[in-house]
Amino acid sequence: MSAVFPPHGAVADHHDDHDHHPHGWRRWVYATNHKDIGTLYLLFAFTMFLFGGVLALGIRAELFQPGLQVVNPELFNQLTTMHGLIMVFGAIMPAFVGFANWMIPLQIGASDMAFARMNNFSFWLMIPAAVMLASSFFMPGGAPAAGWTLYAPLTMQMGPSMDAGIFSLHILGASSIMGSINIIVTILNMRAPGMTLMKMPMFVWTWLITAFLLIAVMPVLAGAITMTLTDRHFGTTFFNPAGGGDPIMFQHIFWFFGHPEVYIMILPAFGIVSQIIPAFSRKKLFGYSSMVYATASIAILSFIVWAHHMYTTGMPVTGQLFFMYATMLISVPTGVKVFNWVATMWKGSMTFETPMLFAVGFIFVFTMGGFTGLILSMAPIDLQLQDGYYVVAHFHYVLVAGSLFAMFAGFYYWVPKWTGVMYDEGRGKIHFWWTLISFNITFFPMHFLGLAGMPRRYADYPMQFADFNALASVGGFLFGFAQVYFFFFVVLPCMRGQGQKAPQRPWEAAEGLEWEVPSPAPFHTFENPPKLNADATKVIG
Amino acid sequence: MKNPSQPWNPLATVGAVAATLFAQAAHAVNDLPGGPANRQLNLHTPATKLAQEQADLHVFMMVICLAIFVVVFGVMFYSIWKHRKSVGHQPATFHESVKVEIAWTVIPFIIVIAMAIPATRTVIAQKDTSNADLTIKVTGYQWRWGYDYLKGEGEGISFISSLDNEHRILSNNGAKGAAPDNYLLKVDNPLVVPVGKKVRIITTSSDVIHAFAVPSFGIKQDAIPGFVRDTHFRAERTGDFYGQCQELCGKEHAYMPIHVKVLSEADYAAWVQQKKAAAPAAEAPKAAQAPAADVVAQAAPAK
Repeated sequence: MSAVFPPHGAVADHHDDHDHHPHGWRRWVYATNHKDIGTLYLLFAFTMFLFGGVLALGIRAELFQPGLQVVNPELFNQLTTMHGLIMVFGAIMPAFVGFANWMIPLQIGASDMAFARMNNFSFWLMIPAAVMLASSFFMPGGAPAAGWTLYAPLTMQMGPSMDAGIFSLHILGASSIMGSINIIVTILNMRAPGMTLMKMPMFVWTWLITAFLLIAVMPVLAGAITMTLTDRHFGTTFFNPAGGGDPIMFQHIFWFFGHPEVYIMILPAFGIVSQIIPAFSRKKLFGYSSMVYATASIAILSFIVWAHHMYTTGMPVTGQLFFMYATMLISVPTGVKVFNWVATMWKGSMTFETPMLFAVGFIFVFTMGGFTGLILSMAPIDLQLQDGYYVVAHFHYVLVAGSLFAMFAGFYYWVPKWTGVMYDEGRGKIHFWWTLISFNITFFPMHFLGLAGMPRRYADYPMQFADFNALASVGGFLFGFAQVYFFFFVVLPCMRGQGQKAPQRPWEAAEGLEWEVPSPAPFHTFENPPKLNADATKVIG
Repeated sequence: MKNPSQPWNPLATVGAVAATLFAQAAHAVNDLPGGPANRQLNLHTPATKLAQEQADLHVFMMVICLAIFVVVFGVMFYSIWKHRKSVGHQPATFHESVKVEIAWTVIPFIIVIAMAIPATRTVIAQKDTSNADLTIKVTGYQWRWGYDYLKGEGEGISFISSLDNEHRILSNNGAKGAAPDNYLLKVDNPLVVPVGKKVRIITTSSDVIHAFAVPSFGIKQDAIPGFVRDTHFRAERTGDFYGQCQELCGKEHAYMPIHVKVLSEADYAAWVQQKKAAAPAAEAPKAAQAPAADVVAQAAPAK
């Protein structure tokens, strides 16, 4: 990161103090620079992703054949629970915050995030939380085993690790809220002159909306798990019918958080894809303003669909109908986004470097997850599929092929800017095809298992489900190895600076302020607000 | 209840993974009528009108989704094929059209309404639990089902239904050897109902949330402690039908199957007679409660 920052005369007089930053461990522990914190977030998230992945492989190893071979049912439930919690709160959410830290100031022409020290705090809070969550495997009774949804009253039967899990989620939630406040204030207050709201890059827009969602729902989760905690230890009976409570109320509160959470994990992915598709189609994003409105409508609708996770709890008929209609309605703005991406590609001049491959792969496979979502939204069909493998297939299609593929796309797209070296294109392509194919081998058969009635969170299953489970397990291991390959053969070389030196603009038609600074991006960028051209994509002095 | 508490030994785990990866995956097993079939690709064969409606809705949705899939991805892959830089395609400059945006907002909206109408009809039908011929209370215990015949022919019958312990042991032993076709689905006392009668199922639970589900009947209803919920079915043919608990309920979640035996009216009447003769009316509920109480005690929160 020794590159100087000479290109624009306006900042020349600040030249001397650009590279002043602590070195060694102090640089990371005391980090206040958005780029360093972004890097920390991304590395943390990838570590948790591998940890959660190992848990998933434990699940798939057990399910490879009928009968218990690898783990006992108790540990199996701990694996499914911890896999879910770690992937959601430890991997996907922090990874997107990492992208936000790195890219939002660069994309809006800001010098850093608004609250640099809070930024440091919100990152370092996650470390003790993650350590506590991961170490719950070694607590008496093992890790929490009530499913990542932590339904009452099963949580009442858990050991002390449940409390550790609750505390850890509280801290992670606090970290998320701080991160969101930082992002909102940065976006609303620190844009370069001329970067009006409706000229912001889509990634910034989607994160702005996501940050509001986070602030709205993380406290709701905190409420739900605090009530669980007081029910467990302090004699309250929020969810205990013997004391006038209601176990179903937990589900209402949880999913009031949980459904917007789904969009928290996918909207930034939409943003990344909306940056990459135009860049590699050499054409502007089709329907920019409708993309913004669609994102906002999805966010608003996400607050009124939560009970579609609860069709089988026995809601009144009007409740089922309301949540069914509202859920089906979400497919309209989501469809608009897919149509806009395809229209952006239409009559473009496309090339298929790895970021574009992952972005197109995202559209293709994520849309399949969208279709299964539409099918699940129908309450009568959902009665067959609820809490079964079809649901497992569905949410892995939207979270793995959705969020994760978009993050891979974003990584390949921006890594030249982050590290100053190009990744190896051949290895990137291997990673893409390996991931795409093994992903589908893993999760496509789960649709069939779900239709045939296999319930989720089962350590053992009837013989008739054996073949598809074996196939899914083989695919799961292949998928896992693909990510190890990605780390050792793509990420590590880039971090070590091995590879071709990246030019300032590695992508021919990529637009945006991040391409106005050299590669690698200097430690400090846009210390003085840049002057922008009319559509706020270039610095003109 | 057998407790499969093998300690987690990482070395053994690696060995077991390797062993299973290389073991032949040949489990010669037949389809189970009323339960899952080998490599089954679709929903169970419906045995009630509501399950039939669900299956029809599913086909209807699949057709619409496939049509949209073909159109959208037809366009996308055509574009990927034709509009590439490597074939010399020059980028166009259009990037917005209000007309197009309105069209692809309104058309999906209309499609969604077309989907909602038939679904609404089925939702209303499956919520109508009135005028039942037979009412049975289903109680979820960790980890077995309790059945109490509350109203209609067989009133007063009450028993507990658990997984055959042989199957539980077989599971612990890695399901090696010739596993039966009804592996993990065989119970000691199946729920018995008459064919062609409307059966109302009232669910509740004594500990945590369970879910009572029989795919062939198209029913799935959570069993919630402290609350009662209901669902219903009218089986259209006799036979054996299987389901499993569908809401995570602790470590033996995978081991509380549901087996429903649908009998002709005459056979059902005979079964009721036999059941009542076997356990004199006054004692029947008590006898059935005894193991239940036992289970409840076992399931008390481990503090």
